Amino acid sequence: MKKEEVPQDASALQGYTRELCYVKDEDGKFVTSLSSGWEVKAQALEHAWDEVEEQLEEARTLVRVGKRSPLYFFMKKNLMNLSILSNYSGFGRILVWFHLRPLGYRFLGAKGWARYAEAFNCSVEDLKNHKL
Amino acid sequence: MQQQAEHIQSAHCENGVVVNLLRDHGLAFMNEPLAFGIGSGLFYIHLPVLKLNNGPAITFRTMPGAIFKRSCRLLDVDYVSRRFSQPAAAEAYLDKLLEQGRRVGCQVGVFNLSYLPVEYRFHFNAHNIVVLGKEQGVYRISDTVMEAPVTLSAPELLKARYAQGLYAPKGHVYYVDAASRREKTDEALLQKAVQRGIKRNVRDMLYIPGAFAGVSGIKYTGKKIEKWREQLGLKKAGRYLGHIVRMQEEIGTGGGGFRFLYAAFLEQAADLLQSEKLSLASDDFTRAGDLWRQSAVLMAGVFKGRHTGQERFNEIAALFYEISDIEKQGFQRLAKVKWKEGK
Repeated sequence: MKKEEVPQDASALQGYTRELCYVKDEDGKFVTSLSSGWEVKAQALEHAWDEVEEQLEEARTLVRVGKRSPLYFFMKKNLMNLSILSNYSGFGRILVWFHLRPLGYRFLGAKGWARYAEAFNCSVEDLKNHKL
Repeated sequence: MQQQAEHIQSAHCENGVVVNLLRDHGLAFMNEPLAFGIGSGLFYIHLPVLKLNNGPAITFRTMPGAIFKRSCRLLDVDYVSRRFSQPAAAEAYLDKLLEQGRRVGCQVGVFNLSYLPVEYRFHFNAHNIVVLGKEQGVYRISDTVMEAPVTLSAPELLKARYAQGLYAPKGHVYYVDAASRREKTDEALLQKAVQRGIKRNVRDMLYIPGAFAGVSGIKYTGKKIEKWREQLGLKKAGRYLGHIVRMQEEIGTGGGGFRFLYAAFLEQAADLLQSEKLSLASDDFTRAGDLWRQSAVLMAGVFKGRHTGQERFNEIAALFYEISDIEKQGFQRLAKVKWKEGK
């Protein structure tokens, strides 16, 4: 990549930082240059978030029809999967699996609520008065 | 002793941390390409079957933490690296080090870093930062992918240090041992380090067994891509390609899946060791980097739904084959370099 080819497209980095690139100058030597973003990358990132959005929609439906508990939605919203949630909450995977179902959800005690609230970085009230 | 700048910006987080810590240690000549090359940072592997974040498990670089360890070892610098089972102990240990005026490298998860844009905060745990100091419960931090230093409150940093998931940092801290500091670093040591870094990288990329790692791994991915449209359907195939683009080009790679970074290293190495072959190899990797970028453009066309025919997939695969050949040629050049015999 040549120095004058460094892309300066709009990206999510705007207002935060620019990224460093290694590019060739006129003499064919490597120099560093700052880039505000590249369209192709911005699209890839956007694509990834579209997918997250899709999964959230799917999660909402599953919770509404009673196949999963609201915790399932929170898990997806925090981009977690079962094993990450298990690590953050300190519950074993089987227990988390159970809590993600409406039946297991009913068995959650004060301690359980607190643990999940901490895992999701929110308060117990937020978790209980969930908005899908 | 001249105080080294507290913050430097780099393309890749771990390189930046290595440069920051080693410069502070008195190795003023360190720069990012050198750290990357001496640490044999370039790699490629596509693990079959395994999936990461619903995408193929591909990496363009060596294991997290390896660049620091190898750079230190080859430059004859002692380092300390620790993890903690108790968060409180991890925090106390870090604070003690900062009180002694050290700079400390810290492995953190990206998900809880409030100074990054939300769009980038996935559960990715192999990010590295330098902690510079602590004032009134707030840490001063040099995150080397950022243009300027940043701050984090104590609970925020602790949460990031105890991020969970793959590569969970478990409070991992590392720093160079001040006792191994020498007055002068001799040229011979640096030359030797560069040679060994290259040799290791040649071994990792050319001679690693198995079809899915090293330069042959790039071909392996190409072969897979050809089949994805049939096998996975357009939607999932697009998602996979998007995943590759992000691994390859996103912030922290210097573009072109680290290839430009390695080319920049070889250019410096060519000057240092006065070798024509090295600068030729540097050109090879620059070309490979350009082709990687070109392939990213094509892949974006697929997942954005502009060009989604099978011929486009074949084109992408063809690019992967070409890249594999070019990189193979580059490493074969490097393998043939006659190294000056050092001590």
